[in-house]
Amino acid sequence: MIAEALALSAALFTIGVVGVLTRRNALIIFMCIELMLNAVNLAFVAFSRMHGATGQVFVIFVMTVAAAEAAVGLAIVIAIFRHRQTVDLDGLRILRG
Amino acid sequence: MMPFIQDAAVAHPLDGTSAEWIWVVLMLPALGAMLNGIIAAISEWRPGPYDPDRKHWGHGGIGVTGEHRIRAKEDDVAGVTEELRSMMAHAHSAGETASTGSGDHPAVEEEPHDPDARHRWFYPVSIVGVGVMLAAFGLALAIYFDMRGARADEAFVRSYFTWMEAGRLKLDAALWLDQLSMVMTLIITGVGALIHLFSVGYMGKDGLYARYFMYLNLFVFFMLLLVLGSSYPVMFVGWEGVGLCSYLLIGFWFTVKSNADAGKKAFVVNRIGDFGMLVAMFLMFANWKALDYAGVSSAVQAIPNGDWLVTGICLLLFLGCTGKSAQIPLYTWLPDAMAGPTPVSALIHAATMVTAGVYLIARSGFLFALAPAASLTVVAVGALTALFAATIGLKQWDIKKVLAYSTVSQLGYMFVAVGAGAYVAGVFHLTTHAFFKALLFLGAGSVIHAMHHAYHKTRRHEDAQDMRNMGGLAKFLPVTCVTMWIGTLAIAGIPPFSGFFSKDEILASTFARAHGTTLAEASWLGIPGNVVMQGAWLALTIAAAITAVYMTRMMWYTFHGENRTGPGERGELHESPWVMTVPLVALAIAAMSGGWLNLPKFFTDAAPVGQSVSLEHWLEPVVGQATAMVGHGEAPHLAHNTELMLVAIATLIAIGSVAFALYRFRSIPLVPAKEDKHEERGFWKVLQQKYYVDEIYDALILRPGLAISNTLFYKGIDRGLIDGLTVNGLGWRIPWLIGKAGSALQNGRVSTYVWVLLIGAVAVLGAVATG
Repeated sequence: MIAEALALSAALFTIGVVGVLTRRNALIIFMCIELMLNAVNLAFVAFSRMHGATGQVFVIFVMTVAAAEAAVGLAIVIAIFRHRQTVDLDGLRILRG
Repeated sequence: MMPFIQDAAVAHPLDGTSAEWIWVVLMLPALGAMLNGIIAAISEWRPGPYDPDRKHWGHGGIGVTGEHRIRAKEDDVAGVTEELRSMMAHAHSAGETASTGSGDHPAVEEEPHDPDARHRWFYPVSIVGVGVMLAAFGLALAIYFDMRGARADEAFVRSYFTWMEAGRLKLDAALWLDQLSMVMTLIITGVGALIHLFSVGYMGKDGLYARYFMYLNLFVFFMLLLVLGSSYPVMFVGWEGVGLCSYLLIGFWFTVKSNADAGKKAFVVNRIGDFGMLVAMFLMFANWKALDYAGVSSAVQAIPNGDWLVTGICLLLFLGCTGKSAQIPLYTWLPDAMAGPTPVSALIHAATMVTAGVYLIARSGFLFALAPAASLTVVAVGALTALFAATIGLKQWDIKKVLAYSTVSQLGYMFVAVGAGAYVAGVFHLTTHAFFKALLFLGAGSVIHAMHHAYHKTRRHEDAQDMRNMGGLAKFLPVTCVTMWIGTLAIAGIPPFSGFFSKDEILASTFARAHGTTLAEASWLGIPGNVVMQGAWLALTIAAAITAVYMTRMMWYTFHGENRTGPGERGELHESPWVMTVPLVALAIAAMSGGWLNLPKFFTDAAPVGQSVSLEHWLEPVVGQATAMVGHGEAPHLAHNTELMLVAIATLIAIGSVAFALYRFRSIPLVPAKEDKHEERGFWKVLQQKYYVDEIYDALILRPGLAISNTLFYKGIDRGLIDGLTVNGLGWRIPWLIGKAGSALQNGRVSTYVWVLLIGAVAVLGAVATG
């Protein structure tokens, strides 16, 4: 049972990573990050069946942080859109050294 | 009294006498310097006429004293406007006078204040400045009389605190009082006090009066430290200190560039000599582990005569002496040092500081007696300098330049004496020279003061120091004239004035040491020692004749013949005030009777005056051993008849030269400097141009040095290696390239950063998994 849960978690995490690496839309990348976080949450829950409730406690923490991060991240995305009328990240190169 | 760390190991006859107060003699001038320094800081606080920013002129500050402004208010309106007009005229002409720069104090001329206004702090400064000197002289006299009472064969040493301690080096701040340092202390405080008194009259109206006395007092402190220090390093502190004060006082009127340059030249030339002193001290410590006089003299007891190490140390010490005491090849700074105020020339550049080298060699007699080659070097350099400088003195027009070259020449005499091991003769001439040369310089100061005052009144900008502008001053300055003639007769060696006895003793000692001494048996640069000694005697005899001629020439053209100042000035010329004539008279008495300090033996044998004050007897405990060492166990002396013959020759030469000079220069009338179109020719021109030594140094040392500095050190090493390779290369261009490469990674694309992050994370994970 745990093997399947971990395999699903790994698959979700990989999808999230690939999405972050390949997509250019800030919102999609943002959703992929959420996907990665939730893949980790799944792994924590799966492990909690073997090692006690610590994993579930972590999941609560991760969800809390993810909520805060979603609020901040979406605010940033909206701010970028207001400035540039686009959320295409390849167009944002002002950090170039 | 001050606590001292270690007591003398054995009881000393001077224990508990006034000699315990020797530190007070040293510290009194330091106290004076401190008090006058405070006054100088207060009185110069506001910007004054010396401030480079001319808009402050006439708004308080230095020179323009409160009393001056009050007097201006009390005057009627016409008086005030007259004063304003004169101020403006002076401000206007300031540029012209500054550019000539040959006058004695052109900076004073620029002052837009009443020339008769005294310094605001005139009385406190004068009382402190002269008072500490008189007190120090009084105490030194008390110590001297205690020393005469208790005949001390060993030096009286007092250590006050540990100066530095590192490894085997332990140096005490200790004073060393013996007969030699006593003589020097009496000269410095006695002649110094008179010159300080003279300065009150000469400098009282200068805006920087307080600063002047601070420097002068500080100089005396360092000079006393030089002669009282108990080790070479303590002496060296004084040595450097007097150099500093000399620099400050030469460039005292620093608003004129040539004065500031002269100070700088003195300082830089002395550095060359000080390098020799330092290396000599390093060698002493490295080989003998001692730097104090007692330690070094006991360390060299077992060293054989002519040891190369002692010779080297002596030569290096002598290099220091050539710098400080203005001998060939480092004498060129002394004539330029005449840019300072004239009392400074009298105190520092005639009576005391420049004789420090003579003192050092007399003090280090135990070393020089062991090194005949080094001693012969001293003799040869001294004799050459004496002759060389005397000839230059023949063709100078500046009254102070004549005296400056005369000083260089007389110092040469002293070096011949101490080099030949006749330390008493050297110190004797040092003493009499301090009297008559201080007298001559102060007399010249009195003349310049009068000339300057006269030119100031008539508002003409002539050179107040050029003898061509003087003439016939005897009528206007009778006291100065008579006292200066006494000094001239003394330096010319006319009996019974002091210079006759001391110069004669040097000539006789040199002659006596040409046979049967360690010097005569040694050789110098392949020349046998006895030839060097005889040559030195001959050079000194010729130089004595030249001395008499140029001094008589100076006196004649200054005080006699037609007056060449001009009708307006003639009415303004007058004798100096008593503060200036009293030192002249006192020094004249000393210059007349100074010879009695050490009468020659044939004289005391013939006339029943007894051995009242014999310098030879007095200095015996200090230099007796070294003197005897040169003569294989006993001091060399001459046969009675030979000595009488030498005295006769010297007397004839002196009187003959003075008579010849009077006869010769009477018949050559002069015209004022501006109208003088006479061009010297041949050798006379070489003499007038001072043998072109400054030009030769310029061409041989300064220009090549500058070229090497510019091409090799500046363009090659500084700008090429340091700036080019390290600062701009290693420090700037290479980091710039690295940064350029690094910044290419920062392309601003978030996806690239994510890829880098991912690869990094995988690499870390892989490392953790495999490792």
